Amino acid sequence: MPGLIKIFDSNKEPIEIEDGIKIVPGCSTIIGSLNKIASWGRRSSLWPLTFGLACCAIEMMATGASHYDLDRFGVIFRATPRQADVMIIAGTVTKKMAPIIVNLYHQMPEPRYVIAMGSCACSGGIFNTYSTVQGVGEILPVDVYIPGCPPRPEALIEGILKLQQKIENELCHKSENFSRENSQIEERNESHRDSEEAKR
Amino acid sequence: MTDNTKELIINLGPQHPATHGVLRLILEVEGEIIKKCIPHIGYLHRGVEKLSEDLTYVQVLPLTDRLDYLSSMINNVGFCLAIEKLMGINVPERAKFIRTMMAEMARICSHLLWIATHALDIGAMTVFLYAMRDREKLLEMFEMVTGARLTVSYPRIGGVRCDINDKFLEELEKFIEEFPSKVEEYETLIDRNRVWLKRTKGVGVITAEEAINWGLTGPTLRGSGVYYDVRKFFPYDAYDKVEFEVPVGKNGDVYDRYKCRMLEFRQSAKIIKQCIEKLPTGPILAEEAPRIRMPSSPLKINKEDIQFEIYLMEKNIEDFIKKFTEVYASVEAPRGELGFYIVCDESAKPYRMRVRAPSFVHAGALSRLCEGSLIADVIANIGSIDIVLGECDR
Repeated sequence: MPGLIKIFDSNKEPIEIEDGIKIVPGCSTIIGSLNKIASWGRRSSLWPLTFGLACCAIEMMATGASHYDLDRFGVIFRATPRQADVMIIAGTVTKKMAPIIVNLYHQMPEPRYVIAMGSCACSGGIFNTYSTVQGVGEILPVDVYIPGCPPRPEALIEGILKLQQKIENELCHKSENFSRENSQIEERNESHRDSEEAKR
Repeated sequence: MTDNTKELIINLGPQHPATHGVLRLILEVEGEIIKKCIPHIGYLHRGVEKLSEDLTYVQVLPLTDRLDYLSSMINNVGFCLAIEKLMGINVPERAKFIRTMMAEMARICSHLLWIATHALDIGAMTVFLYAMRDREKLLEMFEMVTGARLTVSYPRIGGVRCDINDKFLEELEKFIEEFPSKVEEYETLIDRNRVWLKRTKGVGVITAEEAINWGLTGPTLRGSGVYYDVRKFFPYDAYDKVEFEVPVGKNGDVYDRYKCRMLEFRQSAKIIKQCIEKLPTGPILAEEAPRIRMPSSPLKINKEDIQFEIYLMEKNIEDFIKKFTEVYASVEAPRGELGFYIVCDESAKPYRMRVRAPSFVHAGALSRLCEGSLIADVIANIGSIDIVLGECDR
């Protein structure tokens, strides 16, 4: 596109591409605060882990497929936790599966985010039984909850956009936040364990 | 050479993009050849059977949606058939036809997702996008009638929830008209593809006799050349009033199972077409159908009543059977024979509900299919038996 380059060349003023981020044409420079640029990069390419648990996974697939097309938000599913930024818990978390999910979560590089998709992942849903975890919030720090059984693809897209908003407003020291959250969860787990032991 | 080889144990799953959920396989391999394959299930065990003992019959219905979530409509129908058999409810003709029509729609939906994921696992990405495109149209039609895309809860004990309208029938007819050409489109993509043929022909062969002994049903059994279909042998709903054929394979490999399902697409379209033509008028819910009722009292069973030994000693086994009516009803789900076995006491809740899930049986047969084959063939085999873990683990 020669015309476009010409416009950029003639205009030496920085162009605002996002709120608070400017690029200077012709010298490949971005101006803005580091927080803004880092979060802009993070939220524009959220790569979720291909990890379906139950019914919601089918809706997650439908969201990623031809009709709804998650690729247009920069969301591309990755099959390994090492390459993923966000984990979409799509389905019922059972007590047998919970340690594996925690393991996968810790295999993901920081900053990492969790979306709880569907009633089962949010609160256990209709499965209030001996074998299901009553909400993935008990074992992981959840960023976005999406209700529904299963949520519509539009709801999942809305959830991802909400997560993008959240990332946009956060500060760069993400891992500090995370260690705090992790310690909170560990504390909660310990207190839970203590209470269980006390019950016995 | 032999001195350097040793057996290696590989863990496949539960987080693996090609295990269709949370199936875990432990493979003992020698080089590329699989010596032993042990499936581990239970990662999605939600306790549906136990949970249903605490709910009334009407309330159990939404739980059956979540068993085989790819064809929730057929699960609902299976459960309703069992309760109707138990209570002796006669379903009106119109409801029967609507159920048949919707069940076949669910079958197409489920098979479309199967071809999408199966082809994706083997390496054909385009089929995934094509099949999901057409599936979306069917889901929209489900939404038009039931209000939900996936978990419909549309049938009721003794009929269906709400009537269908002309707009829905028009849309469905339009879809069915062009659907066979869509199936041909998928076939042109993969049917003569050399990679596809190499990955599927002669892989995971199981003979007819073995298939019967392993308890396989559905397209997995028919791929081996056994003519068995619940819709033909024990017709339910309106299946005895429509004409259709049951496609049967020959060699019992992954390719024949694929071929069977591709032919079933066309038969399902044929059934829907006939249902639209023959759709009678009339009520959609039987008059004696139970209305939604909260449980009034807990289970009415005394401890002595359930001790089978007492009945055995007094030789009154008939009394035991009389007291606890049992019923088994099965439907042809996209994966195979889905059965509901219900033991009933005199309360409004099932005393015991057991689901005969085809995926559970097929997961067991996975060890037989995979042994002696290559690691890459495991993925083709998992795809060809079309396993759904929600139904398998329950």
